[in-house]
Amino acid sequence: MRAGVITFPGSNCDRDVAVALAACGARVERLWHGDSELPALDLIVLPGGFTYGDYLRCGAIAAHSPAMREVVRRAAAGVAVLGICNGFQIMAEAGLVPGALISNAALKFVCRPVALEVASTNSLFTAAYRPGQTIELPVAHHDGCYVCTPDDLKRLEDEDRIVFRYLDNPNGSIADIAGLLGPGRNVLGIMPHPERAADPRTGSTDGEPLLRGLIEALN
Amino acid sequence: MAEITPEVVAEHGLSEAEYARIHEILGRAPNLLELGIFSVMWSEHCSYKSSRKWLKRLPTEAPWVICGPGENAGVVDIGGGMAAVFKIESHNHPSYIEPYQGAATGVGGILRDVFTMGARPVALLNSLRFGAPEHPRTRHLVDGVVAGIGGYGNCVGVPTVGGETTFHRAYNGNILVNAMCVGLARQDQIFYARAAGPGNPVVYVGSKTGRDGIHGATMASAEFSEEAEARRPTVQVGDPFTEKLLLEACLELMQTDAIVAIQDMGAAGLTSSSFEMAARGGVGIELDLDRVPTREAGMSAYEIMLSESQERMLLVLHRGAEEAARAIFAKWGLDCVTVGRVIERGEMVVRSADREVARVPIAAISEASPVYERPWREGAAAVPVTARDVLPPMDHPSALKRLLGSPDLGSRRWIFQQYDHTVMGDTVRGPGGDAAVIRIHGTDRAIALTTDCTPRYCALDPRRGGMQAVAEAWRNLCAVGARPLALTDCLNFGSPENPIVMGQFVGCIEGMREACRMLDFPVVSGNVSFYNETDGQPIWPTPTIGGLGVIDDLDRVAGLAYRTEDLDLVLIGESVGWLSSSLYLRDICGREEGLPPPVDLALERLNGELVRDLIARGWVAACHDLADGGVYVALAEMVLASGIGADLEVPEDCDTRAGWLFGEEQARYLLAIAPDRLEATLELARSHGVLARRVGTTGGDALTLDGGSAISLDVLAEIHEAWLPAYMAARRVAA
Repeated sequence: MRAGVITFPGSNCDRDVAVALAACGARVERLWHGDSELPALDLIVLPGGFTYGDYLRCGAIAAHSPAMREVVRRAAAGVAVLGICNGFQIMAEAGLVPGALISNAALKFVCRPVALEVASTNSLFTAAYRPGQTIELPVAHHDGCYVCTPDDLKRLEDEDRIVFRYLDNPNGSIADIAGLLGPGRNVLGIMPHPERAADPRTGSTDGEPLLRGLIEALN
Repeated sequence: MAEITPEVVAEHGLSEAEYARIHEILGRAPNLLELGIFSVMWSEHCSYKSSRKWLKRLPTEAPWVICGPGENAGVVDIGGGMAAVFKIESHNHPSYIEPYQGAATGVGGILRDVFTMGARPVALLNSLRFGAPEHPRTRHLVDGVVAGIGGYGNCVGVPTVGGETTFHRAYNGNILVNAMCVGLARQDQIFYARAAGPGNPVVYVGSKTGRDGIHGATMASAEFSEEAEARRPTVQVGDPFTEKLLLEACLELMQTDAIVAIQDMGAAGLTSSSFEMAARGGVGIELDLDRVPTREAGMSAYEIMLSESQERMLLVLHRGAEEAARAIFAKWGLDCVTVGRVIERGEMVVRSADREVARVPIAAISEASPVYERPWREGAAAVPVTARDVLPPMDHPSALKRLLGSPDLGSRRWIFQQYDHTVMGDTVRGPGGDAAVIRIHGTDRAIALTTDCTPRYCALDPRRGGMQAVAEAWRNLCAVGARPLALTDCLNFGSPENPIVMGQFVGCIEGMREACRMLDFPVVSGNVSFYNETDGQPIWPTPTIGGLGVIDDLDRVAGLAYRTEDLDLVLIGESVGWLSSSLYLRDICGREEGLPPPVDLALERLNGELVRDLIARGWVAACHDLADGGVYVALAEMVLASGIGADLEVPEDCDTRAGWLFGEEQARYLLAIAPDRLEATLELARSHGVLARRVGTTGGDALTLDGGSAISLDVLAEIHEAWLPAYMAARRVAA
């Protein structure tokens, strides 16, 4: 199972997610945003951070990088893509998922553990959880309030694409959405950080089933 | 160039005597650029002219110290071939004028001090002192400073894991923002700021130079007045995104053999970075300002040399390494330009538009800088207040509730939730404990970090306060199971020209010196911030101590939270009921007075070593050091962290109940111990000559005193969490 983690200028969770994936058994390659060609990969990860300092809009500039053009092509071809935090924002800007992420309702950065409901186990990313399971993952963001049009929301709900919902909404996201799938179910955008919850030394390990389950499913 | 009149000299913060000395050194009158260079290099901020004599008295050596004060940061051996690189620095004046950018660039500066030495920053802490909550500016300053610290550190991706925040009217006109950064490096990959090798290229990397922050160092060396607001343009603007790129590019270049010396451009920018590198190496530097990347056209040599634009570094490379360096910086989208070269003769030669615009001898500016023996005297001696003379104005549980909901002891959650404290994936213990614990990446070992000072004690007795600050930092490290190694200090005081302030400085240093010596806890880096006063009102003396320790086994770390009921609570150390200068006396009785508690350093060491031993044996289920508010507050904090109640048994033989519950004797810890380890624990304490006694039990859903006076966990949590968010939210109502 080959996973590639793309580093953009300003990514700062690239090492963290590479370490967590490797600990869960993946072969991890570190990739550069300026590369227009990517190696053969089973999973592409867009890590958290502050690409381009969040200038213009979060993720907006990174979404236009050469590597992202290739990521969009791979996603359309069915390759699994995981976008965490700023990676989720990049996904939204690149059109891999509908909607957008705007400033938290409280207009402040928020870093704390949040309780989530696994709202659907019908995906590569969530199959290792029990339906309706409550898990705890850390969030750390300033612009994590997910918004979309009523039509988009209806489609997301009808197609069972909302896979994580906040039980204690930290940012004002519509319908408590914390993580959602792209139309092909091979793309996950998630605001909380599963890679920061995969090591008993540093707190919750509730993110591990996501990473390990994904790696096993792709093996 | 402009004529050098006495007014121009005065505007540069130079005295007549200092100007005469410049004349003597150069053998002629300086031009305006040279005057500006002397002005910043001889500012209090850069030259330590009032403090140097006293700083020399601080212990700076130990077998594990790799590099003490004088470099960009201190370096200590943490085992396994690794080193911790750390420093604390003030950004007080800018943060008062423009809180967001002032605090943000304080974080940016301290990060650069650490990564310029080859270390990857792994943790940030900050010590904040604000004015009284009711002061009209306080809310705005808290909001801006916290957002600025978070805005910078979060973006760079270094976790902010600890610190302290207090409020007092002594800081109404001068808040303190002290930022600490800790990095990790391999011991064989430490980089120093020592220029060498005449002919080697001097290379500028990072952001372009703009007109911002000119004379920031001079501003930090003068007291405030009503005109301070007009100095807003001297506050720099931070760009954490560029800092992140600069960090990665520098660390990447450090993997090659290109670098001879490297120094960040902090206060006094290009001037101080080039002078300091040349001075340390005993060489000279020639700079061609036409090559310096600038943000706008038409900048004068004076502006370029004195700009404090952020996110810039100056490097000396080996000849021929420029191309490799340029490739790395180009990859990260940053400028990398050769702007000069190292020269044999110990001079700084500055050229602009093919003309020589300054020529100054290096040694004269850095070594012959003025040193002042400021007159000092001790303030009035504080008198102890005995506990029997304190009439409790309310029952003890009510006093506890008031303290836990007070500005100084209320929960800091509103603050630390705005800081990313989990990025980098190595935060074992984040904010809210005695010390933060950060895993050494890829190992089962860790470093522990804390910042401490009790300015209330320093104001009442500077020597005792200085000693206590060091002892408390040392104790907080022991409380998590760490072996304390070294400290960094940020010495915040009023004007050194005031003999009373100077006396406070001398007293604090003497107290610190004794504690450092007795505890084998040397100073390896630091910073002095004088002139924290407004219209003649100095702040309280505030020597902030940033302590660092090492934990050899991550399975042996203690924290505030216990996980089970029916544990025995054991109090380590002696309780005599010292309410004098305590938080109880101030916040409950309304008396801000009295001699602070004595600091018995031999006892401190004995008790701390026992606690570390107990933690290393795996006998300790939870541990908390006793500080502000005494044992009752400490237990309440443990109860809150655990989500499990406890009962505290007040000994029959105590002198006064209030004194026993709220007294602030030093060298004490409260431990939670499994019942089957209780006897062995007490026996081990006896054999070490340490006073230890059982004082209660964990369990239930309330904090009780002798089985009664219950305060439920819910009430406790609600009170503890309420104050700060309510205080900050009140702004919107007022607006």
